[in-house]
Amino acid sequence: MKDHILLERDVRRFLVENFPLGKDAAELSSTDSLLDAGVIDSTGVLELVGFLEDHFTISISDEELLPENLDSVDTIVRFLQRKL
Amino acid sequence: MDIPALLRLDAKRAAEEISAGLRAAVEGLGRRGGVVGLSGGIDSAVVAALCARGLGGARVLALLMPEEDSEPESLELGRTAAEACGIEWLVEDIAPILRAAGCYERRDRAIRGVVPDYGPGWRAKIVLPPLLGSDRLRLWELVVQPPEGEAVRVRLKAASYLEIVAATNLKQRTRKLLEYTHADRLGYAVIGTPNRLEYDQGFFVKGGDGAADVKPIAHLYKGQVYQLAEELGVPETIRKRPPTTDTYSLPQGQDEFYFSVGYETLDLCLYARDHGMPASAVAGAAGLSLEDVERVFRDIDRKRVATAYLHAPPVLLSTTASSA
Repeated sequence: MKDHILLERDVRRFLVENFPLGKDAAELSSTDSLLDAGVIDSTGVLELVGFLEDHFTISISDEELLPENLDSVDTIVRFLQRKL
Repeated sequence: MDIPALLRLDAKRAAEEISAGLRAAVEGLGRRGGVVGLSGGIDSAVVAALCARGLGGARVLALLMPEEDSEPESLELGRTAAEACGIEWLVEDIAPILRAAGCYERRDRAIRGVVPDYGPGWRAKIVLPPLLGSDRLRLWELVVQPPEGEAVRVRLKAASYLEIVAATNLKQRTRKLLEYTHADRLGYAVIGTPNRLEYDQGFFVKGGDGAADVKPIAHLYKGQVYQLAEELGVPETIRKRPPTTDTYSLPQGQDEFYFSVGYETLDLCLYARDHGMPASAVAGAAGLSLEDVERVFRDIDRKRVATAYLHAPPVLLSTTASSA
């Protein structure tokens, strides 16, 4: 199982580099909904899934496209830990 | 709370008020009349009729602007709408401009990046999976159909999706370019056609159908547009036509592309959201579960945030005499 801290670092780096989070990525709580907070929109979801599949060499099925897997930094990291 | 009753218009009064408001707005802009693009759909037909009533038929020009992917009936319905309200109309075939700008070539190249066999004779559209019944995150999908085969759906990558949308947005932007060309020639204002659902939820192209000098029905829910259409005598063939984007080569309903629910449902949910009503106030009238109403509410909120950029005017970094 990959280290939680390393996974969170990669996910946060992707979000900071690609979405308007303001100056400090640390302001984004690990449990904030990325969609409800306006960090990502429907195009952003496409970009996020594409990043996760390419960067971590995984395939995400339609059945896995759930908020409990992908809607916050925390849920993404836990999802990745299960997948990797 | 009887939301359908609250959404019912006094159509006669609304037609009078909006046409008078339209006239005042055009005069206030110092323009002599109005140009309106007629798509063959209900919104532009209603706006054309309001223009004829408010500005006088002789001071309105309708443009019919078909391209390669337009349904053939769209042109005929646009002409029917113009003639029903007694306004002059012109056909501006935008396909040559779109070909010269690479619209079709850019779109097809992006599609081939996802479906390498895509070629002449194939048809395509982009869709979103259903909103109701599931909390699953919805990813844009491409639907392609070969000349003799079944349609297939493929999940899109972000870059391909954005390239396809950017290419097809050339259609709306080209139409607006021609509307302003005729408006300049005649000293007219460009009259936009978005209804409330489109305006509020950001279903328009910035610098395309989002651009206009006056947007006379941007406060009307879609069902109210239909009520107004009847009052204004918009022909039944237009009033009975299901809403369509008429942008992709495969038929595409507005609900599968952007809104993800039919306009009747969105009217009710948007009204409830606008008036701070709970999901329980709309579930019965909409025929939806509480969970599904909450999903529509969430989608409404998220679209408002996501499309704020489309509504934003240009940002000035310092004030000037005309902006202060």
